[in-house]
Amino acid sequence: MTGLSFELLCMQLLTGVALGSIYALLALGLCLIFGMLNVVNFAHGAFFMVGAFLGVYFLGITGSFWFSLVLTPLLTGGIGLVTERFLVRPLYGRGLDYPLLLTFGLSYVLIEVMRVTFGIEGLPSITPEGLGGTVNVGIGYFPKYRLFLIAATAVVILGVWFFIQKTRYGLIIKAGAADQEIVKVLGVDIAKVWLLVFGLGCAIAGLSGILASPTRSVNPEMGIPILAESFVVTVVGGMGSPVGAVVAGLLVGVVYSMTSLFFPDLAELSIFVLMAVVLLIRPQGLFGKAGAMG
Amino acid sequence: MNSFFQLIARHRVLASTLFLAIFPFIMPYEALAINILIFGLFAMGFNLLFGYMGLLSFGHAAFLGIGSYVTGIAIVHYGVPWGAAILVGIIGAAIGGLIMGFLAIRTRGIYFSMVTLALGQIVYYIFYKAESLTGGENGLRGVRVDEFNILGIPVDFLNPLVKYYIILFFVVIAIWLISRILSSPLGAVMEAIRENEKRAAACGFDVARTKLLVFVLSAAICGLAGSLRALHLSIVPIDSLHYLQSGQAVMMSILGGMGTFFGPFIGAAVMLYLEDVVTTFTKHWMAVVGLVFMFFVLFFPKGIWGTILSKLQINQDSK
Repeated sequence: MTGLSFELLCMQLLTGVALGSIYALLALGLCLIFGMLNVVNFAHGAFFMVGAFLGVYFLGITGSFWFSLVLTPLLTGGIGLVTERFLVRPLYGRGLDYPLLLTFGLSYVLIEVMRVTFGIEGLPSITPEGLGGTVNVGIGYFPKYRLFLIAATAVVILGVWFFIQKTRYGLIIKAGAADQEIVKVLGVDIAKVWLLVFGLGCAIAGLSGILASPTRSVNPEMGIPILAESFVVTVVGGMGSPVGAVVAGLLVGVVYSMTSLFFPDLAELSIFVLMAVVLLIRPQGLFGKAGAMG
Repeated sequence: MNSFFQLIARHRVLASTLFLAIFPFIMPYEALAINILIFGLFAMGFNLLFGYMGLLSFGHAAFLGIGSYVTGIAIVHYGVPWGAAILVGIIGAAIGGLIMGFLAIRTRGIYFSMVTLALGQIVYYIFYKAESLTGGENGLRGVRVDEFNILGIPVDFLNPLVKYYIILFFVVIAIWLISRILSSPLGAVMEAIRENEKRAAACGFDVARTKLLVFVLSAAICGLAGSLRALHLSIVPIDSLHYLQSGQAVMMSILGGMGTFFGPFIGAAVMLYLEDVVTTFTKHWMAVVGLVFMFFVLFFPKGIWGTILSKLQINQDSK
């Protein structure tokens, strides 16, 4: 490994963190929905894909990345609300597999809808104005957009953390996840809370889609591999643990980018191997509670 | 009517053999009938784990794919005779099932589905990257079986109808095996685990070992389906390992009726026939299958066969 400098390693690490930010956001959305509703959203990758499409589309017609950054999560969140209210809600109390199966079917439909709307080729990804090019980060030049990606992710994660830990609504969500019966008895309409949490999770998925869109190709199938990858993150971090989702997201991103530096052929495989190792040593995940995986 | 269904349920292997013997003549063309045969077996193998033991695996494409690839590689690279190649394919899938099952049964519930999906993707990437052996993205080509002799009688494998009956021979053996497993004490333990895992454990059954055993059996059956598919298609597409292929087994089982003997086969037949018809009208097959599947999950969770059975109030488990 001649010519492998410290700077190169640091740059690759930073690239890994940027990639990991997307994973962290996706896993956080999955985790919110799972922690509250006990539902694994198999359409999460599809929501990510829809977010990327809508993001690029709005950026194209309005020319404003910021506008698109606000509008897109609202729309995917809206689709999430409709999904929960009309498709997932009838399935509560029917076994945990059914919402999972339903969202799997939904992902097929969403993929096809995007194919019909935007064509099977997808859309060319656009780097937003002012965020193109590179910037000197002390050890070398790094794409400006990826730095923005890391910062934006940090803001979203802090926002979610603040919302859950410091607000009245967050308190209800936490209480609902811990014991829904008690919350119901205390006069909270838990169905409304579930609805909002599902919408919030889908909004975050859409947001990660638009954030990721300048760094990868936007096509109807882009959510398919990302679903498997976000499951890896969830398993590594521990189901239902928001901290685990964020830490494991960054870890998985770094592992991917480091492996692609040393063994480019094994990059995709590496994160799955990481998951297998975690399953062997700590089946509940890094931050999961033992017994909380039933 | 009722007694007719009970008769079928009692002689389920004979009934399916008789039906499948005339099946190619009611299908528009033989290749579709062969496809249904193979995917019916795939869904039945999957249903052993999902329908009868309640473990929703999203990684069963791995076993279909391993079966296909191992059989294909044995024929293409090592010139192994096709019969032996099928056997190696089954063994390969069973070993894959052992490794994957060992890791996956440490988790429960929906977590199990996520883990099997991710573990299945490992197999996908391994075969994707081992290009010299598997052909990578293009798939493995040239799995050719033309003519051979059975007991001195020449058999033309390129004739679709002949091919159908040769494949049917293996499928019937597998159906008989599945029927035997389900009516054995092991089958009873499987259903006990599905209904109440803790109680089954309290009764003294080794839950973890039963889960692993059934996982391997189910993998081996799906591996056989894969082996047969390699012979049928003459190529092994890389997509056969993808988790969407696992999803297809899930959809077929739900559509036909999970946890019923004939359900998965009916699901496979309906889905593949529908695909054949719908794709002549529109290229948006994925939307159609997605909507049909969601409709069944919402309104007919018992599937086609399960709904018929419950309307007739027949005990699904009647021997």
